[in-house]
Amino acid sequence: MRDRRSFDILGGDAVSHAAITLQDVSVRYGRVDAVQDVSATFIEGSLTAVAGPNGAGKSTLLKAMAGVLKPTSGQIIVDPCFVGRVAYLPQASSLRRDMPISVLEAVCTGYWPQFGERLGIGGICVNRAREALDAVGLSGFEGRALAALSGGQFQRLLFARLILQDAKILLLDEPFTAIDGDTTAKLISIILEWHKQGRTIVCVLHDLLLIRKYFPESFVLAGKCMGRGHTHTMFEQKLLSYDLDMAELQTGYEPQQVLHTHDHL
Amino acid sequence: MTISELIVLPFADYAFMKRALAACLIVSIGGAPLGFFMNLRHMALLGDAMSHAILPGVTLAFLFFGLSVLPMTVAALATGLLVALAAFTLTRITTLKEDSSFTLIYLVCLAFGVVMISRSGTNIDLIHILFGNILALGDGSLLLAAGVACFSVVAVCLFYRGFVIECLDTDFMRASGGGRNVHGMIFFVLVVLNLVASFQVLGTLMSLGLMVLPAIAARFWTCRVDTGILVSLAIAALSSVSGLLISYHAGLPAGPSVVLVVGAFCIASIVIGRHGSVRSYLLRS
Repeated sequence: MRDRRSFDILGGDAVSHAAITLQDVSVRYGRVDAVQDVSATFIEGSLTAVAGPNGAGKSTLLKAMAGVLKPTSGQIIVDPCFVGRVAYLPQASSLRRDMPISVLEAVCTGYWPQFGERLGIGGICVNRAREALDAVGLSGFEGRALAALSGGQFQRLLFARLILQDAKILLLDEPFTAIDGDTTAKLISIILEWHKQGRTIVCVLHDLLLIRKYFPESFVLAGKCMGRGHTHTMFEQKLLSYDLDMAELQTGYEPQQVLHTHDHL
Repeated sequence: MTISELIVLPFADYAFMKRALAACLIVSIGGAPLGFFMNLRHMALLGDAMSHAILPGVTLAFLFFGLSVLPMTVAALATGLLVALAAFTLTRITTLKEDSSFTLIYLVCLAFGVVMISRSGTNIDLIHILFGNILALGDGSLLLAAGVACFSVVAVCLFYRGFVIECLDTDFMRASGGGRNVHGMIFFVLVVLNLVASFQVLGTLMSLGLMVLPAIAARFWTCRVDTGILVSLAIAALSSVSGLLISYHAGLPAGPSVVLVVGAFCIASIVIGRHGSVRSYLLRS
């Protein structure tokens, strides 16, 4: 299953189902045109790493896909089945750590997209929240104040909330920044679990080792789309490389050269 | 002097004291819950700027329609939205930061409003607008405040969970709302409405006195949002009663007395409160 899906991003398998489609998307961030004319298809169930130098517009693109920013031109099409089932984890979470609420309550905000103001977040839901906290290794922290959490624990909490959101499309912006190895391993295992469940995951990250090891697909961005496809192909083409000069990346490659997929878009 | 003479008689004997008490309590009921959220969102100062910035709109409505409720409310809402829009746009497209752009706009608006009043009215009007008119409130103002308070209480009850989550994590709310932050907008409208109500009672300079200050004190007594709102309501109500009584017995201006009493509550809470106070700092070290 996973292999077929992985293959889809490259080729015109008519059966493959696009979860999110980008059509010539440009997004402005502040006064900068951070993303220019990016087209891409993220197949349902794919696990894609978005890589690229700082300032490449990765976060901006993800924000636009999450609906937080509006594209200045082009279209972002979320498959109708998944509208409202998109979860977004920003690079710097806007979650206020000085709020007077407990860890358990903060995690339960993951039910908001599903419940809204409606009542009925009962015992079962709270139990699921506890399980989610357990899954990220935060059992025993339910009653703690948010301010008492360390950076890594905080990121675990955000993942627990993502678990409760039960989204079909997950957009993660550098989830492992400033996180220790143990936590990273834990969070990666959760991501792989989501992948197994057939969720579509798009994850911005810098760590090439992690990309190579865990992410079947990658998408290289430097303002424009520099290339996308199987991760190992991207390494072969030196679009992703451990000794890559990022300046070279910005100028040295014409997008057409590497975009095999452009034709079928 | 008996206790009843000290506490009950001033309100029982004088209609203006009754009305003042009613006004203060009404403003507290509507404003204190919002004030608690404003503190959580770190927008206490921003709200203060806002309360001054709506002055030109309110003045304009006042000059054209007199002290009538509807035009003043509409004008305040329109000015508030305009000011917020201008400030946020300036912040986004220029290098001005939010605090600078709000300060710029509210000071200019305040000055402009004062100039407008003094060019066309009497000095009494100016004093009323700056410091409120708590002892001579008309039926219209009282009814407006009561309407706003009812509306706010109902809205806070209906949207409570959304308001809490919006305070907690704005981006999360926006991403879950398809890019729109409906609760943020509802909250903003509620704040401006309460500013208009409070504006006639405490004046533009102190209209946040019964909204934000009780919440500041309450934060030192509880670690929960729901109890925090109740505590700030209680502090606002207590301050209203005692502030008015002090002003009556000592012959002090009423509005500022109420604000001073809330201030005293804040200072006491900062010193001896249960969470994050000076006392807990000293006990820890």
